[in-house]
Amino acid sequence: MFDLLGIPPQVLFSQLLLGLINGAFYAMLSLGLAVIFGLLNIVNFAHGALYMMGAFGAWMLLNYLGIGYWWALLLSPLMVGLFGVLIERLLLRWLYDLDHLYGMILTFGLALVITGLFRNFYGATGMPYTLPPLLTGGHNLGFMFLPNSRAFVIASSLIVCLSTWFVIERTRLGSYLRAATENPALTEAFGINVSLLVTMTYGFGVALAGFAGVLAAPIYSVNPTMGSDLIIVVFAVVVIGGMGSILGSIITGFSLGIVEGLTKVFWPEASATVIFVIMAIVLMAKPAGLFGRSS
Amino acid sequence: MPTHSSVPVAAPFRKLGMPRYHLMIMLGLAAVLSVAPFLLYPILMIKILCFALFACSVNLLLGYAGLLSFGHAAYFGMSSYVAAHAAKVWGLSPELAILCGVGIAVLLGCIFGALAIRRQGIYFAMVTLAFAQMVYFFALQAPFTGGEDGIQKVPRGALFGLIPLADDKTLYWFVLVVFFACLLALYRIIHSPFGQVLKAIRDNEARAVSLGYRVNQYKFIAFVLSAALAGVAGGTKAIVFQLATLTDVYWTMSGEVVLMTLIGGMYTFFGPIVGAALVVLMQNYLASVGDWVTVIQGLVFVACVLLFREGIVGFIASKLKRPL
Amino acid sequence: MPLLAVKELEAWYGESHVLHGVTFDVPSGEVVTLLGRNGAGKSTTLKAIIGIMRRRKGSIRFSGKETIGLSARAIARSGIAFCPEDRGIYSSLNVEENLRLPPVVQDGGLSVDEIFDMFPNLRERLKSPGTKLSGGEQQMLAIGRILRTGAKFLLLDEPTEGLAPVIVQQIGRTIKELKARGFTIVLVEQNFHFASTVADRHYVMEHGRVVDMVPNADLAASAAKLSRYLGV
Repeated sequence: MFDLLGIPPQVLFSQLLLGLINGAFYAMLSLGLAVIFGLLNIVNFAHGALYMMGAFGAWMLLNYLGIGYWWALLLSPLMVGLFGVLIERLLLRWLYDLDHLYGMILTFGLALVITGLFRNFYGATGMPYTLPPLLTGGHNLGFMFLPNSRAFVIASSLIVCLSTWFVIERTRLGSYLRAATENPALTEAFGINVSLLVTMTYGFGVALAGFAGVLAAPIYSVNPTMGSDLIIVVFAVVVIGGMGSILGSIITGFSLGIVEGLTKVFWPEASATVIFVIMAIVLMAKPAGLFGRSS
Repeated sequence: MPTHSSVPVAAPFRKLGMPRYHLMIMLGLAAVLSVAPFLLYPILMIKILCFALFACSVNLLLGYAGLLSFGHAAYFGMSSYVAAHAAKVWGLSPELAILCGVGIAVLLGCIFGALAIRRQGIYFAMVTLAFAQMVYFFALQAPFTGGEDGIQKVPRGALFGLIPLADDKTLYWFVLVVFFACLLALYRIIHSPFGQVLKAIRDNEARAVSLGYRVNQYKFIAFVLSAALAGVAGGTKAIVFQLATLTDVYWTMSGEVVLMTLIGGMYTFFGPIVGAALVVLMQNYLASVGDWVTVIQGLVFVACVLLFREGIVGFIASKLKRPL
Repeated sequence: MPLLAVKELEAWYGESHVLHGVTFDVPSGEVVTLLGRNGAGKSTTLKAIIGIMRRRKGSIRFSGKETIGLSARAIARSGIAFCPEDRGIYSSLNVEENLRLPPVVQDGGLSVDEIFDMFPNLRERLKSPGTKLSGGEQQMLAIGRILRTGAKFLLLDEPTEGLAPVIVQQIGRTIKELKARGFTIVLVEQNFHFASTVADRHYVMEHGRVVDMVPNADLAASAAKLSRYLGV
């Protein structure tokens, strides 16, 4: 086999795979943030905490009710989504006429509350979530070994992200959503229930985070702070991509994951910060973000 | 409003262009803070003063330029590390160590500020947060910061090499002087023509641009000044507590200081001081409940945004119909 | 009974009081214009009727039912359609999506084919983003899309503004055809000549009030009075 700059291909490909997995999470989370921001004008700081809730949901379903991974993939995001609906109806609703910063501050507070509660009940250490039997094992692709669990994460993320894109860009519901994003008052004056759309959008956006959390549960350990640092990286991803485009969020998410993976191969010390450096470069070159419209 | 200062006052205050009731508040604050160490632990009081400065630095951007920095822990924390390192490894006297800390804060403020002001509103907040997280990862990995342990047992040393600061009360007076120097400087800045332009930008950026102001220069200077002030707070904190840790540079710290500003009143001058005092006291008295502090802080955040956006001092100011 | 009866309508933009008691009737099947100088409150009146202006009081009865307390959505659902002054074409929707966006609220709306017969230009541009159309095409799209909904009561805010004469004529024909089909239309117009070719009656607004009504038949006799109102 060949060597690339003295890096054995197995190392290169396995890091690329890890990068792709991170990218899958960045894509799902930044997509949810973008959808929510588009309609609600709120930067959902609680996104990381809701992702964590998704993972904990799966863990609780398994440990308290004996419900396994596959049902958890459906039920846990649903619960997180319903929780999101409550948040929107009870709290966010009052902020729409105010400066957008208030939404960010309020959801920051929510993130503290949620994370703090889980830390109180479950401590700070991670809890394992065992893989379902179907996802153990893997395939030898010749140049690398591909574990099924990882392939599943990447595939599910792609499917969910592209379906979201399809619904928003190609369906009637999506046209309502785009119209409400662009001009809510007029859209309401056509007889469309914008307020319901807003609630459902927030619910869907955080359900997406919950889904990502379930996917993360068997790969990373389930712990109360798993979303806290992740969300800040996702913010950087969002700044790099710009929140204007659905497809843009997906592409940016995956590519930054790959870039991060490659950095781990060539310069491991920089891998934690490379996304922030890219953000700085993008801010210099194209402040509105790669896919953003200048505001 | 400046007409209130027609009564003869001490020359340095008149130069500040301070209305009489602001002067009264300043003097009252000075009086309270002079008595406080005899009633409360001086160390607790110092902590309040450091965080009050820190909150004022955030409010310089938020309240007067309309820019929410969610990453001020970067300047506070790095200054704290550098001051601790300077005092411990280089053996510098405390005031020089703090100056080193301020230096790094200004440097970081220049770099991040120049980039962050390219975006507005929530993007600005996200960018500052992301940069701060970058600094956090740097602090986690860089050898001189001591990783998870931080820099411990920092010597307090002797002020100007002459006055030993080992005694808590002595230290308190030193911090009080630093605090008031910064506070008066900040007051001067905010009420200068520069501060007026900042407020104009906050209220209507497009209009400020059309009036011919180089908006980005003003924002940049405000950012660097704010970072410097956060640096003073962080450096001083490191010397006082003889400790610099990852907590100082983590995003929760950035959030906490926003909370202080919010509780106190973000469009007010004195609000952040009150907010800092409340949050520090709350943390102090709730220390025994562990992680519930986070939950309570979060709830306070939510409640403030929903019900009490003007903050304590903002509320009082609107009742008195006077800017505070 | 008139189809729409507006009585003592007041409305506010934030703190500023812009309508000070607007009163007028729109009989079923008529085309009615609101004339007046800039800032007289014509557009605001339309926005208050459809409910986009939320701070309003007084009475707006549509088909005998009070709508002043209803949301814009409920008012639209009761059979009123609004075409805003800026046309409100969505840039993130293509022409077809723009056209199909407003939900059908009643039976009897035009089919998409009928709309294309009325505005043939639109048929060729179905997949272009809505805002890539010319001003005239955007106006046709803005009118066309509310004809699908089945609403028989239309609020058109300056449909001829900034358009070439040939397009203005086309819009004039459209309005007459809609009237012939039994639509009732309230038209805000700056183009007095255009208004006189399509309308049954004219209400004149000044300072947030309706100050006069001129039937189109009396227009010639009232020309001097009207030009004083309108400052033309």
